[in-house]
Amino acid sequence: MDITLNETQSLVQETARKFAGADLRPQAASRDESAEFPLESLAKMAGLGLMGVNIGGEYGGAEAGVVAYSLAVIEIAQGDPAVAVTMAVNNMVSEVIQQFGTSAQRERYIPRLTGGEYSSGSFCLSEPGSGSDAASMRTRAEKTSDGWSLSGAKAWVTSGAYAGVLLVWAKTRNTAGLDEISLFCVDPKADGVAIGKPEKKMGQHASNTVSIAFDKVELSDDALLGEPGQGFKIAMMALDGGRIGIASQAIGIGLEAFNQARAYAVERRQFGKRIADFQAIQFKLADIATELEAARLLTMRAAWLKEQASRPFSREASMAKLYASEAACRACDQAIQILGGYGYTREYPVEKLFRDVRVTRIYEGTNEIQRIVIARDLIRQS
Amino acid sequence: MKILTTVKRVTDPDMKVKIKPDQSGIITDGVEYRMNSFDEYGVEEAIRLKELHGGEVIVVSVGPAEATKEIRTALAMGADRGILVETNAELDSDAVARVLAEVVRRETPDIIVIGKQAVDSDRNQTGQLLASYLDLPQATFAYSLEVADGWAVVGREVDGGTSTKRVKLPAIITADLRLNEPRYASLPGIMKAKRKPLDTLTPADLGVDIAPKVRVLRYEAPEERAAGEIVGSVDELIDRLRNKAKVI
Repeated sequence: MDITLNETQSLVQETARKFAGADLRPQAASRDESAEFPLESLAKMAGLGLMGVNIGGEYGGAEAGVVAYSLAVIEIAQGDPAVAVTMAVNNMVSEVIQQFGTSAQRERYIPRLTGGEYSSGSFCLSEPGSGSDAASMRTRAEKTSDGWSLSGAKAWVTSGAYAGVLLVWAKTRNTAGLDEISLFCVDPKADGVAIGKPEKKMGQHASNTVSIAFDKVELSDDALLGEPGQGFKIAMMALDGGRIGIASQAIGIGLEAFNQARAYAVERRQFGKRIADFQAIQFKLADIATELEAARLLTMRAAWLKEQASRPFSREASMAKLYASEAACRACDQAIQILGGYGYTREYPVEKLFRDVRVTRIYEGTNEIQRIVIARDLIRQS
Repeated sequence: MKILTTVKRVTDPDMKVKIKPDQSGIITDGVEYRMNSFDEYGVEEAIRLKELHGGEVIVVSVGPAEATKEIRTALAMGADRGILVETNAELDSDAVARVLAEVVRRETPDIIVIGKQAVDSDRNQTGQLLASYLDLPQATFAYSLEVADGWAVVGREVDGGTSTKRVKLPAIITADLRLNEPRYASLPGIMKAKRKPLDTLTPADLGVDIAPKVRVLRYEAPEERAAGEIVGSVDELIDRLRNKAKVI
């Protein structure tokens, strides 16, 4: 058993770390205030290959693998969590198109996503009335003589206002007249696509989250991604991979909170000594670090399993996402406790991290859904 | 154009250095290593020269087997091939310069662009010694570099300002911080670097005796500095300098 990083993985980690430290961290607080979408940073990240970490070289990807991808997201999240989620979604969109797209679809979309011509791509799965119960979606694509007509509304679309391509899940009707779910590539500039105002979120302000309405949007036959009726399966597979990304993002946020708290604890003096010399603070630091290390190992294993591509990694990805997001939330909460009153102000970064981290327990499948995925898999194998 | 540059694996300059209790060296347990930051400027400049004039960038490191990572980083940035002269010995600048001189004699590059000093020991000698051993011109502390017609025009940081020096190639140029902005190793670059050649030699292969000429007696930490004080006025400052610091 060898759980050390190989040279390529450490170099990827180092590049992401340097970029996060030099470009993202210095701007994170001001972007939190302004909610400005980080177009310039995203373009630089595309230039570094961070938008196609696990994508084939023929499509402008780096082919560095899933472990390297996870390491890179951890580093980027330490610089700015909002940028990390944008990066994670971009990589996921390209991976779905790479895995299920026709060669025409791959050639058309992936190089634009990896190369930065599209600042982002988006997943349109959830709806105002359909979240955890994705199969209850109401968006529908009707077959027309030369393609499809798409109507409905999607919610919580990450990067939606800036996406070059939207992956939209919709109900379709099969030859037997039964409903099934199919997936389409949609041009956000097409007639009938209306992008809503950005949501005013608790955290991750520099990421963009919108609703999108589709009103009789005409799609050609080649807009279909994968087979008709394959959409739900594709969504579940994409989410398995996405969960590794969100677990990594959560770990990055948690590590950043830990670093801030530790730095504060060795500087701050009370009762004549450093607060790091008090056991109450030491126990908090020990717990945060231990839980984040456990989260990191769970996530690395899920990433490694996905990279081997030899067996399912769904349970492991859900475990990683569940545990990492909860550990990271506790880390940010305890970091504020260590900084005391200062931690509650925007003078120090942990207040922002606390707001940024909260959604990691909600998106990419709520943690309640993760427990269902894990439990069903355990029971299936009993 | 054949361009030679060097990288040194150094302890992370952002970490706190702790000295061994017997003062024989620094504690290396748990220490992170990285490429000497001045070498990043050297590597970047070497790659820019190649991009401008064509040719090949060779990156050399003298140090432990682990230094392949720093060579690989330079290859990922855009250098073409690497040479590691592997040794675990403690090296002084003179030994490094003599090893590099032998590599230069074998490779016969048109220009040698290296960091002005390493951020671990901060000795700032290797470039100058190398020029001396090879009997080649040198231009140290470069903030600008232009190469044309077999000559290099080098803007240099010097005490009290800057100066310009014109040297005939081949020459040794040492890089200062303003010379350029080093690029990151991109992910595609990292993947390509895996397939770039990296040869490993030993000082013995090169016929160089690396026994140090400099003997380190002991390491000492600098005196701890007390916290500063913000004063409200010039008068107050003069009072502190006169009565507290007793320097005027």
